[in-house]
Amino acid sequence: MVTFSCIRTLLWGKWVEMSGMDLASPRYSYGGDEYVFVELAEAMSLSVNFRAMAITNKLKEEDIEGITDICPSNASYMVRLDPDTLHPDKLIERLKEIDAEVGEATGFELRTRVVDVPVMMEDPWTHETLMRFRDRHQDPEATDLEYSARINGHENKDDFIAALMGSPWMVTMIGFVPGLPWCYQLVPPAEQVEVPKYVRPRTFTPKHAFGFGGGFAVVYSVQGAGGYQLYGIAAAPVLDVSQKLRDFKDSIVFPKPGDIFNFRNVAQDEFDEITAKVEDGSFEYRIRDFIFHADRSLADPHSYNDEIKGFLYGD
Amino acid sequence: MAIKVWQPGLLTTVQDSGRIGDYALGMPPSGAMDSFSYAVGNYLVGNGDGAAGLEITYFGPELEFTEDAVIALTGAEIPPKINGEECPTWEALQIEAGDVLSFDYLKNGARSYLSVAGGVDVPEFLGSRATYTLIGLGGFEGRALAEGDEIGVGPSNNSSSHVGKKVDDKYIPTFGKEAELRVIIGLASYRLTEESMEEFLSVEWTVTPDADRIGYRYRGGELRFVEREQPAGAGSDPANVVDFGYPVGSIQVPGGVEPIVLLNDAVTGGGYATIGTVISVDRSRLAQTKTNDKTKFVSVSLEEALRARKENRERLAGIRESLG
Repeated sequence: MVTFSCIRTLLWGKWVEMSGMDLASPRYSYGGDEYVFVELAEAMSLSVNFRAMAITNKLKEEDIEGITDICPSNASYMVRLDPDTLHPDKLIERLKEIDAEVGEATGFELRTRVVDVPVMMEDPWTHETLMRFRDRHQDPEATDLEYSARINGHENKDDFIAALMGSPWMVTMIGFVPGLPWCYQLVPPAEQVEVPKYVRPRTFTPKHAFGFGGGFAVVYSVQGAGGYQLYGIAAAPVLDVSQKLRDFKDSIVFPKPGDIFNFRNVAQDEFDEITAKVEDGSFEYRIRDFIFHADRSLADPHSYNDEIKGFLYGD
Repeated sequence: MAIKVWQPGLLTTVQDSGRIGDYALGMPPSGAMDSFSYAVGNYLVGNGDGAAGLEITYFGPELEFTEDAVIALTGAEIPPKINGEECPTWEALQIEAGDVLSFDYLKNGARSYLSVAGGVDVPEFLGSRATYTLIGLGGFEGRALAEGDEIGVGPSNNSSSHVGKKVDDKYIPTFGKEAELRVIIGLASYRLTEESMEEFLSVEWTVTPDADRIGYRYRGGELRFVEREQPAGAGSDPANVVDFGYPVGSIQVPGGVEPIVLLNDAVTGGGYATIGTVISVDRSRLAQTKTNDKTKFVSVSLEEALRARKENRERLAGIRESLG
């Protein structure tokens, strides 16, 4: 684990700065003339994501004219603007002030939801897919789960699955395609799972595949290309363009940044029951409104997670 | 009033000025790739800004109009014909019921825009009629036009008064086989070595066959990343970063050998280092390049980008004014 904030190193004959865990100050950058991109840190951590959420939530509240999109992401955020109305430098000036006000986001409280997300691990569909693309994988002899378990120091894949299902996750970014959530587990850094993406991306991933890449779990909202390791398949959608399901009546996309997802391994019979309910339009996620205290999560994640799960599954 | 599709062409889609405001959901804007030519088309036929038209790619369709209409063709040079007779582009044309519009082979550019008075009438989705084919939403049934489709056209007032109006030659862009695209360097450009950044800006890149509404891929150079211990959450490849947002027009270089410029239908975020962004005005020029065309990326400041944006706006205002 790199714990220093900045080192200097000799590369191709010249000294360059290399950042470690956290940037001394955020990098503000223009994404052409219509975007401002702000990288808070190069490394992912829960605390940096809380900062990104706190800053973008504050920015949303200010309702500044000329801003068209505010996109929080894992360790960064992005704002799309109309530069004819709002000069990017003017926005950056304000973002720096908000950053100072937010600080380390200590005491950050998030009005959010805790959601039960049923997933069938080692399902036939993603298994067929991962076998088909073995030649693009680091370890063609193992499955994605076996490989990921091994490089993360787990005895076997069941032990690894237990770790994935054992603690809840926070939705730290939405995107790639509509509705796809990136999820980061609410566990200490030493317990974070980390896996590489496929050596070459697949040309196919089934809809609702539950995958993992870098430090993030995702649910693929639609069928398509993809490079994340494949472990299972979610039973219910995260995107419903027809807005037939109750959880989608306000938005075609279910996940929201800051949602807490608890992935729960379900067997084939429960998976089939959920699929039938999704099809007849009666499916609803189990959701509990929740106020998340960042400090408590950072100080004692496991006991806080037990509390979160008790709250989600209790009556 | 409807347009009957006899032949769809290579890729003909309903597009407008795009679906803005849902980027945080992962929804790209879609919309006309060459926003300049698209906007001028609407001026010519007297439509309001943002009226939907057809984006025609490389190879034109064959379309029959069921009623009288006023149309205009702008953008790439794909010579249009009405009932087999060649007709002018960048000009408002009268169409009579039963007329058939077809096209000759592409001469220049890549995308042409068919504007029709009243605008193409398909249901709006999240405030836009633009087609986003990846998910199958917006546009005509969420897909490119196919043989046998009948596309509705909205009502228009007094459109025949526009017939014969044409864009002055001085305003009509020309699209050679070499393009210079202005870029604001930034985002995660610190990941490239200084030598590689110089190479990126000096190499003449070639558009590969992977060039569509999602993005354009280029070949011609080899870029290297600064060595580092990969930060937590990023993944092991030196091109990987902790997944972040991608601006439309941003450039990434997975593997170091194939820069990709992300465009209107692209993914909104991911884990590849981005090194800069093509300025909004020049995305219209990019949209008129095609496989094997040459491209150079030129670094500009924000102020230069904003000046280019202002000039573009003034140019459009000039055209609009000249058309009365």
